[in-house]
Amino acid sequence: MTNMLQSRWWSWGFRSTVMLYFIVLIVCPIAGIYGQSLSGGLQAFADNITEALAWKSVLLTVKLAIISTIVNALIGTMSAWVLVRYRFPGRSLLNSLVDLPFALPTAVIGLMIMLLLGPRSWIGSGAEALGTTILFHEPAIVVAMVFVTFPFVIRAVQPLLEELDASEEEAAYTMGASRTRTFMRVILPCMMPGIVSGAMLAFSRALAEFGAVVLVAGNIPGRTLVASVYIFGEIESDNPAGAAAVSVLLLTLSLLILWTVNLVRRRRAR
Amino acid sequence: MHVEVRGLNKTFGSFQAVKDVSFSVAKGQLIGLLGPSGGGKTSILRMLAGLESPDSGDIVFHGQRVNDLPPQERGIGFVFQNYALFKHMTVSENIAFGLEVKKWNKAKIKERVASLTELTGLKGFESRYPHQLSGGQRQRVAFARALAPEPQLLLLDEPFAAIDAKIRHELRSWLREMIDRLGITSIFVTHDQDEAIEVADEIMIINKGNLEQKGSPWEIYKDPKTPFVAGFIGESRIVDNIGALHGFADAAVSAGTKGLIRPEYIEIGRKEEFAQLLSATESGRVSHIHFRGSEWLVEVEVGGIKLVTYRSLEKEVLHPGDEVQVLVHRAYLFNDNDSWVMENKLKADQNFVYI
Amino acid sequence: MTMRRLWIGLTVIVFAVLLVIPLLRIVQGAFDDGWSGFAAGISRPEALHALLMTGIITVSVTLINTFFGVMLSMYMVRASWLGKRLKAVMNGIVDLPFAVSPVIGGLMIVLLLGPDSAAGALLGKAGIDIVYAWPGMILATLFVTFPIVIREVMPVLQEIGSQQEEAAHMMGAYAWTTFWRVTWPQIKWSVVYGVILTIARCLGEFGAVLVVSGNIINKTQTATTLVYQDVENFDLTAANTVALVLAAASVLLLLTMEWSKSRKEVH
Repeated sequence: MTNMLQSRWWSWGFRSTVMLYFIVLIVCPIAGIYGQSLSGGLQAFADNITEALAWKSVLLTVKLAIISTIVNALIGTMSAWVLVRYRFPGRSLLNSLVDLPFALPTAVIGLMIMLLLGPRSWIGSGAEALGTTILFHEPAIVVAMVFVTFPFVIRAVQPLLEELDASEEEAAYTMGASRTRTFMRVILPCMMPGIVSGAMLAFSRALAEFGAVVLVAGNIPGRTLVASVYIFGEIESDNPAGAAAVSVLLLTLSLLILWTVNLVRRRRAR
Repeated sequence: MHVEVRGLNKTFGSFQAVKDVSFSVAKGQLIGLLGPSGGGKTSILRMLAGLESPDSGDIVFHGQRVNDLPPQERGIGFVFQNYALFKHMTVSENIAFGLEVKKWNKAKIKERVASLTELTGLKGFESRYPHQLSGGQRQRVAFARALAPEPQLLLLDEPFAAIDAKIRHELRSWLREMIDRLGITSIFVTHDQDEAIEVADEIMIINKGNLEQKGSPWEIYKDPKTPFVAGFIGESRIVDNIGALHGFADAAVSAGTKGLIRPEYIEIGRKEEFAQLLSATESGRVSHIHFRGSEWLVEVEVGGIKLVTYRSLEKEVLHPGDEVQVLVHRAYLFNDNDSWVMENKLKADQNFVYI
Repeated sequence: MTMRRLWIGLTVIVFAVLLVIPLLRIVQGAFDDGWSGFAAGISRPEALHALLMTGIITVSVTLINTFFGVMLSMYMVRASWLGKRLKAVMNGIVDLPFAVSPVIGGLMIVLLLGPDSAAGALLGKAGIDIVYAWPGMILATLFVTFPIVIREVMPVLQEIGSQQEEAAHMMGAYAWTTFWRVTWPQIKWSVVYGVILTIARCLGEFGAVLVVSGNIINKTQTATTLVYQDVENFDLTAANTVALVLAAASVLLLLTMEWSKSRKEVH
């Protein structure tokens, strides 16, 4: 009898602590930032967003994130294809390396890219010879974004390719389809959901990226200042409302993307 | 364990799964809960086990109301449809689990596990993991595991649904034998008629949350209490205008009365085969005839009504288009208010007609 | 077959240029001034302090989020006392920290608990500093790593189903025994994988911690924010030394990650 009572108290204690943790850690901050951004009223919110530097940074971030997502979709699909369909020495090493961007600190990634593209490196000096600098310009931001989001598309496409039944392709060949046609009509459609959901996750992450970008971007307002760095700047200049407004914009965008990805995933599961 | 259930009700959201079900099970009986899928049988079983709580009603074990007792304390063995074996434990560890929870000493546990593996024919498999066993073996482990803590009541949820047809038959008789030997009160859920009829002492037909009838397989077959039971057990055909059949004119008295006729109730043949009962027959025409391996399946048309019956291979072979005499021995009649079995009136009248 | 060679070759080049070469450059950069340079960079007091800070945050955050992560996963998949609707909402919310830019994460905590906020001011009067001190940094890292363990454990719980646990209940096992003997052995490796991912993320956390900590040298600096500071001060060699330590730890974690990934898929 006391055993039952004891376990009742314990389970009540556990439940409330865990739920409280969840609410305080996640729900409150998110509610808080929406609240803060609107605290000065709707007009102040609008002002903060339409401030030239603010929306320029958002636009820049979106543009560069799109470019990096496209790059990632291409090299990601190719890498997933190679990793699943071909056997070659070093394949499992390459497969493990895919997760490297997830394991490395973003600040270290930023440093790595600086070293890769800086004036002392091959790529950097090569580019200078051609008359352009990569580092501290938009291309460097794209490289940072690509690096950081590299695993997303690959890891989304791999399981789909692995699931693909060899018999589906064989059926296509027996009906006279060429390799290209089979690829376009049978294999690609199968990979597409993975490419799309991986790309959306990559896009969302690229939008949000701070650590790698802040080191390589140069952060020139209006030119190479991305949204996350803009927000950081506003915080440092004691303008939390401005920071919060743009944060809300970025956050809502990311949430929409996340929600869409979940929707697509659930539809696929049916 | 004597089990009694009174006025059990259970609703899931807006769907009422169990409607006012009451029954009692005597000690040592083997009861089958039979019915179509989604009818509420598993819900009743799970409420007995304590895995779901009823919205209203009482569950009484040995005279004690156990509604508030958690499943851990009800002393019940439960065999799940998909075995629910602990994948990371060996066969012995699975069987020993309940005993370890009860803190039996190691020697006693070892002994009990050994006797159970012997009993269920799993000797030699003690160190195997579930994924190394066949379906039938897994089910036997599930069975042994449920029995290990010496439960007073054994509940089985569609125990053979996930098993190959061939093994199913073997396992069925094995289960029956095992339960008889142990003398443990058992209730199992199934949607397979043959299984229920073969294994159970008594069957409870559950449909749409209602207990339609409880009785021995023979009683249920002979005296179905509701149209659903009549149609569910065995084969049958529904006849809308039963009054049109010879000898059932009385049935047409109450409007909307339909008849349910089993193939076994019908006899067909040539005039000569019917001696005394000839006047109770009427003529019909064979529309189809199918060979069924051990008998003929004959479809006859009698005055616009289509009936089905079986015919022994020993008798003269019939052909489509043949004119035959059809005798309907009895029919199960039902309308909105009542249902009853009615014999062919003309059979009884034979005593007064003498040719 | 040459197509095949082409694709493989191209992929290897991408991997090499994007991943391998930069990593090697860090090693090179850290030893630019030889071993003594490396040693000097590492044994700076601020470097040692920063590494210690990172270590403390990593250990505490991992412990806390593993415990709460496993508990929340159990509740969200198994609990009958949570309504279906509520569970779906919670499920959506769990993923939020992944969508949020770390800087925004840090901002949220500053807004809620900073010296200018109601709660922060109150706590400040009591002598407890959250923002610009280690509690805030831990909170920020907790936020950012929140979904990791949950996302590893939930699918496994869903896959193994509740019947084994019900079977254990029928045989007399209560909540703790059932969890320890039936559930835990089956989710163990997924939890381990989640822990490793969490550790990697803690080591690497930058944006949120930068905002919340104020990056005060020798007080609230972590390894990553120290690298940032070194780069801003054009001290690349020093930056590289700390970065190398972090990179080495990450590669080690990566290897452990891959190893435990294979364990968790075996049944």
